[in-house]
Amino acid sequence: MAQGMASKGFGMPGEVPGWVNYALLPLLNLLVALILSGLVILVIGENPVDVLSLMLVEAVGYPEAIGYTLYYATSYIFTGLAVAIAFHCGLFNIGGEGQAYLGGLGAGLVGLAMTGWPWPVVAVAAILVSALFGAAWAWIPGWLQAKRGSHIVITTIMFNFIAASIMTYLLVDVLIKPGQQSPETREFDPGTWLPSMERALGWVGVTIPASPLNLSFLWALACCALFQLFLWRTRWGYEIRTVGQNERAAVYAGISPSRNIILAMLISGALAGFVGVNEILGVQHRILLNFTGGVGFVGIAVALMGRNHPVGIILAALLFGMLAQGGGQVSFEYPNVNRELVMVIQGLVILFAGALENLFKPQVESLFRRRGSRGEGRS
Amino acid sequence: MTQPPPPALEARGVNKWFGANHANRDVSLAVPKGTIHGVIGENGAGKSTIMSIVYGYLPADSGEILVDGRPVSVKSPRDALAVGIGMVHQHFMLVDPFTVIENVLLGAEGGVTLAAGRDRARKELIHLAREYGLEVDLDRPVGELPVGAQQRVEILKALYRGADILILDEPTGVLTPQETDHLFRILRALREQGKTIIIITHKLREIMELTDNVTVMHRGEVVANVRTAGTSREQLAELMVGRKVLLRVEKTPANPGPVVLSVEGLRVCDRSGVERVKGVGFTVRAGEIVGIAGVSGNGQSELLEALAGMRPIAAGTVRLRGEDLAGRPGLFNARALRRLHVGHVPEDRQRVGLVTSFEAQECAILGYHDEAVYNGRVLMDRAAILSRCESEMEAYDVRPRDPTLRAANFSGGNQQKIVLAREMERNPDLLLVGQPTRGVDIGAIEFIHKRLVALRDQGKAILLVSVELDEILSLSDRILVMFDGHLVGEVTPEQADERRLGLMMAGAA
Repeated sequence: MAQGMASKGFGMPGEVPGWVNYALLPLLNLLVALILSGLVILVIGENPVDVLSLMLVEAVGYPEAIGYTLYYATSYIFTGLAVAIAFHCGLFNIGGEGQAYLGGLGAGLVGLAMTGWPWPVVAVAAILVSALFGAAWAWIPGWLQAKRGSHIVITTIMFNFIAASIMTYLLVDVLIKPGQQSPETREFDPGTWLPSMERALGWVGVTIPASPLNLSFLWALACCALFQLFLWRTRWGYEIRTVGQNERAAVYAGISPSRNIILAMLISGALAGFVGVNEILGVQHRILLNFTGGVGFVGIAVALMGRNHPVGIILAALLFGMLAQGGGQVSFEYPNVNRELVMVIQGLVILFAGALENLFKPQVESLFRRRGSRGEGRS
Repeated sequence: MTQPPPPALEARGVNKWFGANHANRDVSLAVPKGTIHGVIGENGAGKSTIMSIVYGYLPADSGEILVDGRPVSVKSPRDALAVGIGMVHQHFMLVDPFTVIENVLLGAEGGVTLAAGRDRARKELIHLAREYGLEVDLDRPVGELPVGAQQRVEILKALYRGADILILDEPTGVLTPQETDHLFRILRALREQGKTIIIITHKLREIMELTDNVTVMHRGEVVANVRTAGTSREQLAELMVGRKVLLRVEKTPANPGPVVLSVEGLRVCDRSGVERVKGVGFTVRAGEIVGIAGVSGNGQSELLEALAGMRPIAAGTVRLRGEDLAGRPGLFNARALRRLHVGHVPEDRQRVGLVTSFEAQECAILGYHDEAVYNGRVLMDRAAILSRCESEMEAYDVRPRDPTLRAANFSGGNQQKIVLAREMERNPDLLLVGQPTRGVDIGAIEFIHKRLVALRDQGKAILLVSVELDEILSLSDRILVMFDGHLVGEVTPEQADERRLGLMMAGAA
């Protein structure tokens, strides 16, 4: 006791059941965010129950909506995993946005170059090249952190701006389709497109309505499984977690912090880069400006809310997918609830689920401690 | 008939639960005014818990606290100070770049501007210093002061705030024998002036030397309230542990074999480039324990870390079984040294030896995680890791015996056993050990000491770094004393006594 107290301060948080941490607290945060959103909707003169239930219907109420929601969730899973792997190494990678942007460049170059190849070959190549581009973009801040001590938060933020500038230059001056005004490349050959879920399921005789949802959703789920295995079942994952939890213990154990920081950032960048496969090869079929639209930043909230665990990340990505899809549709129905207001709702969810994730933790934990001790006292 | 004066501090029937753990079970104790009172017990016995309740860090689940016979409600350290209770923590609560006087003023500035309060404080502090022998340079930044002086600042802080009852938590852990003597003189002077002192410790020698009365705690309960004069070290130890304990490990004379480790002219710098080990040379043979004594901060930590491959060496040679490692980064790093059968029990188990957020079984392979036995082609072999951890827990009696429990949830002694089991069960030829029993209770100390001697008797070389003189004297076959980065002497335990070692450790002999 004396030992634990000296090092951790008095009143150490007790152990609470896992479901409290992983389910109850996030749901509580979500509830508060929705109640506040309801108040905001009330203030502008609409009925919050109507608006929020329409949002739910537009997100998951019919097959097409589900397709859209899952399409958004796909990108959020990639960026959520990207933030999470860095986090397990003690790094806060804010650069998912730029890494996803560069990943899209990689996927797009594959799409442009591989005209005439069958789509499975193109898909594999795009996965590899987008991972390579994203990883390369994350490698520089990772290297600077590991070898020169430049803080990763600062460098990754700056690298988002650099990525945006590079892409603008490339699209305006280099890759633009000749003879047009808008800064986009030409469309890829349809044979190279990553099949949409509608097409893929059509081959096995299942009919679903058209939506941007494509096969990269399956790759996202596979990445979650690989993430889980890598981090908790391999020696490399063990080393990354050791560095993230206790760098001095890592040095003691002969584990190189700098090597693992760079490795974690490479994987992080590669995961973010896969957004390009979903967006560019699966949906847009050409490279265009700002196709990422903030997925890298949503990934931070997804990882925080999902407690940096793949299962949590899938659930959080679905939630943010629902917000993106449902929120977008609501503004058509209720002119008062415009895009900006939908962003307010999304912002509130990010605020409570991400930034304020521990808001109710002390209260809930002490509730459980008191219950636990009383139970013990009786026996 | 006159009533005897009420005790300065009294606890009546205090109960405290931490979840399932009954940390204080009907704890009652009374501390008469103007006495020095010891509270002893193993880790987890509840002595820090009861003192935290008294000082207002923790609320009691039931029971009451009385000061001078009046019940008080102490909900925070501020309340505690208001009724005259002050506390000196094991880890000092000081702001290093601030001067002594600024540290004393912190939180008791006494006005909008500092100047007025500062002048008042200076007068008061000079008075206190003279009265109790609490000399410190009031205008030096605290960070520049030696540890003993920093502790005096903590005592001054409490007295300046009007404390009549002073609680000291493990006050001598970081002090040299001379500094300890100085502290004891101060405490006795405070007692003369009618102050009441409560000292929490696990060092029986200090209890016997200093206190008037002792409260012994065991598993959350008070098992004895005795007058110090009417008891003995052996009796107290037995009360604390609940069984007879061996205070000094029994061992046969060493039977040294060939030299395993030989160091010459070794220099090591710390992270900011300051030289901390200034050219030391020594050897460790198979079958002997070489102890390095010294006050903490004299380069022993850096020496141990350098030998374990955790920090680079600046100069010198380090030979392992005759092979020079210096200048061969491929061999002289923490990972490669483990393959060369060098075990390392680091000084700070919580921050270096373990990852406290990991499960015990994950900690059991730290540093050995890439060995083939724990790995398949890609995935790790969970069954192998689990069974390794289970057998180590069995052999070292780690409690609770749960490989999936997070390391943070084990007590200090059991955490140390996890580290020791990991490093010793792999049969190292050379074992580097730092502070093997720091913060570990008496029962576990006995166990750990026996294990170290057993490893020596198997013909292994052991280099022991410890600031506990008792430990050095009891375990070592040869003792090296380190002061200011130099080895200032070598003695055998037969020649050495605490007085002489203490002088050498202070650089005075």
